[in-house]
Amino acid sequence: MSYSVSVKKMNEILKELQKDYKVYAPKRFEKRGRYSDTDLIRYAEISMVEEIVYDEKADFSPKEVIYPITQTLFYFTEHEYKESKVHDKGILIFARPCDINGIKRLDTIFLENGDQEDIYYKRLREKVKFILMECKEGWDTCFCVSMGSNQTDNYSLAVRFAENNLLVEVKDEAFNNLFANEKTTDFTPEFVTSNQVTVKIPEIDNKEILKKVHDLDMWESYNSRCGNCGACTSACITCSCFTTSDVIYSENGRAGERRRVWASCLHEDFTEMAGGHSFRNTPGERMRFRTLHKVYDFKARFGEEQMCVGCGRCTDRCPQLISFATTINRLSEEVNKLKNKKVSQVQAASKEVE
Amino acid sequence: MSKNLLLPKPHEILEIIRETEIEYTFRVEADLKVEHGQFFQISLPKIGEAPISVSAMGDNWLEFTIRKVGKVTNEIFNLRPGDKLFMRGPYGTSFPIDKYKDKDLVVIAGGTGVSPVRSTLKHFYQNPDDINSLYFIAGFKDKKSILFEEDLENFKTKFNTIYTLDNEQVEGFEVGFVTEHIKKIPFDTFEDYNVIIVGPPAMMHFAALECLKNGVPEEKIWVSFERKMSCAVGKCGHCKIDETYVCLEGPVFNYTKAKELLD
Repeated sequence: MSYSVSVKKMNEILKELQKDYKVYAPKRFEKRGRYSDTDLIRYAEISMVEEIVYDEKADFSPKEVIYPITQTLFYFTEHEYKESKVHDKGILIFARPCDINGIKRLDTIFLENGDQEDIYYKRLREKVKFILMECKEGWDTCFCVSMGSNQTDNYSLAVRFAENNLLVEVKDEAFNNLFANEKTTDFTPEFVTSNQVTVKIPEIDNKEILKKVHDLDMWESYNSRCGNCGACTSACITCSCFTTSDVIYSENGRAGERRRVWASCLHEDFTEMAGGHSFRNTPGERMRFRTLHKVYDFKARFGEEQMCVGCGRCTDRCPQLISFATTINRLSEEVNKLKNKKVSQVQAASKEVE
Repeated sequence: MSKNLLLPKPHEILEIIRETEIEYTFRVEADLKVEHGQFFQISLPKIGEAPISVSAMGDNWLEFTIRKVGKVTNEIFNLRPGDKLFMRGPYGTSFPIDKYKDKDLVVIAGGTGVSPVRSTLKHFYQNPDDINSLYFIAGFKDKKSILFEEDLENFKTKFNTIYTLDNEQVEGFEVGFVTEHIKKIPFDTFEDYNVIIVGPPAMMHFAALECLKNGVPEEKIWVSFERKMSCAVGKCGHCKIDETYVCLEGPVFNYTKAKELLD
């Protein structure tokens, strides 16, 4: 059932919801943007509709709500350790289809990869219900349609923001009573049907091509361009890598904690082992690693979908203006060239035989 | 609530054996079922955690041979018998001992690469009838980096051994890289056999190529990879090579798979 709800009424509903849920949405942080005099839009707890930035793209994804940048795993005292705890409320996240689909990719890594679930992820993830923010057009760096992540039915509520009211589809019966006295409508959310940017996914269908992809000259062009900053991976809804590190509380050397912190495969130390040996030593190699994870090997491993959801935040955040869509398309072209070369070699060889 | 897979447990250190100036073997009390070639995440609370392979095992104990090269291992070297090491594991794949049974086995190991194959070697040392013959090539940089001297002596009595140092002349040791001695293995006299290669990445690469050059089929070669790992359970992403997670599908790989793993 769908309803037309005034902003005032929606604020009352949010207030009611906050008794049981922490509500997260893209929120404006004035003058906190990366350039002077710009704002930052990122996910944070909200209590009123007016706080929700629905008409701009969030600089960061909602992943930090369920997978914090820094997360304590254990607290240590001298001879004991204690598992960290989380709050006992549910979580509601206002999210676009790309991000809801992105969290599905995080679920795959944390809950399905290996033979055990990651409880630190699960204990927050299982609290989450999504409030879909209708997204009809996207922005200039989005390519969700190419990635098939422009649609979702994984939501409890769906909203369309208008000037003085909101249209709300209530899919989750648990929320029906909150809207019982509101005017019904026939609203169902629409989805983006085309983006300004399209990408073609490279068709790497065997290990021979993969080997040649590793050796492509195109990666070397990133050596002078990529600055190894990892801004792309921290903005990405699907990047899930982390490093654990222990800290000692400076006031008391005998107590401390083990944390995990987001890690980036673009950083020079991502593969570095004790003793100093590391495996991908140039920005180009690391760019190749990231690109293939997003548009080749996640799908090769799990079979269902590419990891990248086409939110385009990596492109938005890159200080060197590297467009990930362009990178993907460039790789597709190179893969096609490799395949055509092979076909023409086979043709030439068969001609010689003739 | 499912199990906390990152939770380490304290294990008492029973004995510390000094192998070299920077490599000690820690024997810890542990009643765990471990297969040859598997590893543990070893940690010291408040310092950190690192993946370390099991270098020997017995009733109620495990050994880890640790090199003092980083933050965690530096601190571990300050421990004494009776202190606790924190561990979780075992993790990863193991050398398929059953497949090696009643055949010939060639083990080629370089430097600290001897650690992950040491328990396999000890197994066949204690059960020599399980195997037709065992050829063991061990290479170290120089005299002061020789590991497991007592084992090396013992192995001489039951295995065909070639011990070599990269660039130092010492009695009982050849000179040169392990790759230079592979041609001495009489592969053509074996009916059925396997080859284990473990060592630094470049050594494994060239040793495998040398084996192939000597007619060893790819599927008979087994290697063990070392990678940075923060979780060892398929979540942290550090050890991933394309669609393969070294912590889950490795560290022991057959060469047919390993040759496709390009970092």
